[in-house]
Amino acid sequence: MVRYGWTGRILEVYLGDRTSRVIEPPAWLYEKFIGGKGLAGHYLSQHLDMEWDDPDMPILIFAGPLVGTRAPTSGRTTVMSRSPLTGTVGDTSVGGGLGTKMKRARYDGIILRGSSNKWIGVEIVDDSVAFVDASPLLGLTNGDAMDLLAGKGSVALIGPAAQRGVRFSSLMVDRHFAAARNGIGLGFAKKQIKYLSIDGGARVPVYDARELVRAREDIFRLVSASPILLGESGIRNMGTPALYDLMHTRRMMPTDNFRTTFFSDAPDLNANAVKERYSPRKKGCTGCHILCKKGSRDGVVLPEFETLSHFTALLCNNDLHTAVRANELCNEYGIDTISAAVTLACFSEIEGERLTPDRIMEILGQIVRREDIGDQLADGSALWAASRGKPSLSMSVKGLELPAYDPRGAYGMALAYATSTRGGCHLRAYPIGHEILRKPVATDRFSFAGKARTIKIAEDTNAVIDSLTACKFVFFASSLEEYAHALTAVTGVETTATDLSKTGERIYYHERIMNARWGFSSKDDDLPPRFFEEAGSSGPDFDVPPLNRDDFLGARGRYYKIRGLDADGAPTRDKAKELDLKWTG
Amino acid sequence: MDRLVARYVAKMVEQRIADDGMPVLGCRDSDIVWSREDPKITGILEDVFEHLNINSLLHCRPAEPYGSMIEYLAAHSDGAILPQDTETRTFLHDLPLAASFTMEEVVHNLKRRKTVILPGGEIISFGTVSPQQAFIGFSSVCFACFVKFMSDRLQDYRAAKMDDPARRIMDDALQKLQISHTHEKISHGGPYITQDEVHREMARVGRLTVMNGMVDSYFGNISYLMDDTLYISQTGSSLDELEGTIDPYPLDGSSCAGITASSELTAHLRILETTGKRAILHGHPKFSVIMSLDCRVEDCDGAGRCHLECPKMRTIGDVPIVSGEVGTGRYGLCNTVPEAMVGNRGVIVYGHGLFTVGQTDLDEPLNNLLDIERLCLDEFVRLTS
Ligand code: SF4
Ligand SMILES: [Zn+2]
Ligand SMILES: [Zn+2]
Repeated sequence: MVRYGWTGRILEVYLGDRTSRVIEPPAWLYEKFIGGKGLAGHYLSQHLDMEWDDPDMPILIFAGPLVGTRAPTSGRTTVMSRSPLTGTVGDTSVGGGLGTKMKRARYDGIILRGSSNKWIGVEIVDDSVAFVDASPLLGLTNGDAMDLLAGKGSVALIGPAAQRGVRFSSLMVDRHFAAARNGIGLGFAKKQIKYLSIDGGARVPVYDARELVRAREDIFRLVSASPILLGESGIRNMGTPALYDLMHTRRMMPTDNFRTTFFSDAPDLNANAVKERYSPRKKGCTGCHILCKKGSRDGVVLPEFETLSHFTALLCNNDLHTAVRANELCNEYGIDTISAAVTLACFSEIEGERLTPDRIMEILGQIVRREDIGDQLADGSALWAASRGKPSLSMSVKGLELPAYDPRGAYGMALAYATSTRGGCHLRAYPIGHEILRKPVATDRFSFAGKARTIKIAEDTNAVIDSLTACKFVFFASSLEEYAHALTAVTGVETTATDLSKTGERIYYHERIMNARWGFSSKDDDLPPRFFEEAGSSGPDFDVPPLNRDDFLGARGRYYKIRGLDADGAPTRDKAKELDLKWTG
Repeated sequence: MDRLVARYVAKMVEQRIADDGMPVLGCRDSDIVWSREDPKITGILEDVFEHLNINSLLHCRPAEPYGSMIEYLAAHSDGAILPQDTETRTFLHDLPLAASFTMEEVVHNLKRRKTVILPGGEIISFGTVSPQQAFIGFSSVCFACFVKFMSDRLQDYRAAKMDDPARRIMDDALQKLQISHTHEKISHGGPYITQDEVHREMARVGRLTVMNGMVDSYFGNISYLMDDTLYISQTGSSLDELEGTIDPYPLDGSSCAGITASSELTAHLRILETTGKRAILHGHPKFSVIMSLDCRVEDCDGAGRCHLECPKMRTIGDVPIVSGEVGTGRYGLCNTVPEAMVGNRGVIVYGHGLFTVGQTDLDEPLNNLLDIERLCLDEFVRLTS
């Protein structure tokens, strides 16, 4: 029995017969997988024989042991299933108050099983679980639906796009926060869950509150010392678009569907431009003092860096307001902004059509309604490009569209895109930290030397962060050393940075095992050919050549070796055993 | 990787924190590259690699006087050395001691902390991204232990209980310092008028700052204001290798390209505001730090929170000492240094380091830095002899 940090309880909800029960996992399971993404992965791995849309494929909403405590930035939650978009492990970390409320209702996680035969909302308040007719919400945008659900605690909601079957649908939490990637929203739609709300009044018991304060002070001190977090141009002041100028000067801003890496209008579309035009207000996840989210005065959610970059440079659009409107439309109808923009760029290149601001908004509207061309694009860039006989023009990895860091400008990022277990994602290892932001120290961005191990270590670390569940941004400043201290203070379980890192390795390897069972191998750990064939845009005193294919494959081979995979990227029985994972290969 | 390994070993020797031929630095991607083979050391370190999720590992006994100081502190501490300086408090927390040089002892300690000290005064440190982290860990321990050793001696002396070995280590260190600590005032004139000139001068003065022992690589910062743009060293840049690591920060905030600027950008900006000066230099000269820790105010309400908020007006000579932590938090030094700088050539931050300013060129803050450090050294010598 766990007593501190974790609640020791998981809520299983059976949508078919509208029942629920509480399960109490043994303490060793918590210690083995921590919580959040790790523990969710444990429950996902019991369904390796299923497609994403099998009614028995669960959706897992899990928060870690730090959530609901005073540990910094611990208001995050993992939402996981098999991805409707990629077929891989599909998990996404989301902010807002979802995890905190779940912990306060005394659950470490919620498992949604089976499927409803009509649209419902699941309303959880402490021990009560109600299944509510959701049909009045079906015609509403997310903002309007959220208005109707006000007062129900934290609300996670899918939008009209998911109802219509868009493959890159998101789940919106508490208006501002998107569980965006991997099409997790479509998983909810498949089960006919329109929303889930949760509220609770319990406190999360902490083992040693004084030690937690000490750990917290150590972390705060590091955060204060971080220019990227709290500096003049840091994300607290400017939001994540603070990165926009840097990507511009480093010539790694994906432009024109990644055909170039330089967008000449960028200086007029940066974080400062957003600030001047929209006078942003600071917002943040529950329990975070960094507050990197920004909303306009009239409540519109302003775009994150990835969204701003992709809805400007990637589409060669120099109208800032179009990017803001596109972001709003994606949030109101519930689709992933990154996948949406990359899919539009793919369309633009294949059809040879420059998209005007009006056209961008028009096609987005068609996507969320699955009408006209939008009906085809709603399956994502990979399926669409393949259907047009040009699969290589989908800028995606494993079917997940790439974020706004061109891999020709950061070789660790190139490797990390390829090895990510959920497809083209920057957050699994976030080498931008050292390759661009100089944290914890700077590395040579145009070199693969040493990067294989660096990426592997970072993947392990980030798996821990997503299991605690904390925010990756705070790790620009802090490290597992301080978070191990916080975790011990919260749970009373002695641990160290190294122990946690080993657990992270287990969690990540577990995902490799699942993906392998679902047919993924080295052929999928790869980048679109463009990056090996075409140069990026040169800077004033540096070139951005195409990636060298042999160097890339060499680094990937070293990565496999370091990760304990075979030459084809497949997991091995020995390594699984070393990590105490069930061998299913 | 070979290149990286060679680079950091050379840097250790250059900065006189290690003797030539001493460092054993290993860097590991799929295989390990060692700076030198010493089976007695690399044998154990290879085992350590297997137990930690890291990519580089450094073992070295520091050069004198650091080696003797650390050995002395290790022998007189229980489990860990607990320095009071800001670098340690912020980044290393404490300096654990291993009972012996075995894989188990080293792993046990490095699982929790970034460095471990062996009984013979050797330091082991590691990196997860680059051997640079191992280098920084090593040099930070040297710095912290120097400051702690000397601060302790000051107290010993006052309590009249300094032992002979400690006295000998201290005298040796002071003697070497006095000899090497010579400089002449130079000025290359200002104000600078081109960006190239700003870059060149920042690099030159940065290098002199490190060469004179006023700061370790990867700490400290420097800035110069020209045409409404503040040119400032990047976070984690090395003042002796500033080429290519200077960020322009437009005062109107029109670009965030300076998001990688020094963590003290805010302090620099406010100093410009309060003083109207143009050039700012920040280093961690050891005796300024040591003397700042030496507070003799009795019955102070702020005791125990000296690094956060010191309620007293303290000075060394004409130089104010203020509290404040790195960066921009509630207790950030950006809230204390700029006010204190008005009408002064420099300000010392408790347990941390020294900020100095200049009107037209960067030599002026450098000269101020050196002079204030000399003042603090003289004061230290006076108090201990
Ligand atoms: S830094 Fe931003 S994303 Fe992270 S927890 Fe804070 S508000 Fe949320
Ligand atoms: Zn001098
Ligand atoms: Zn400093």
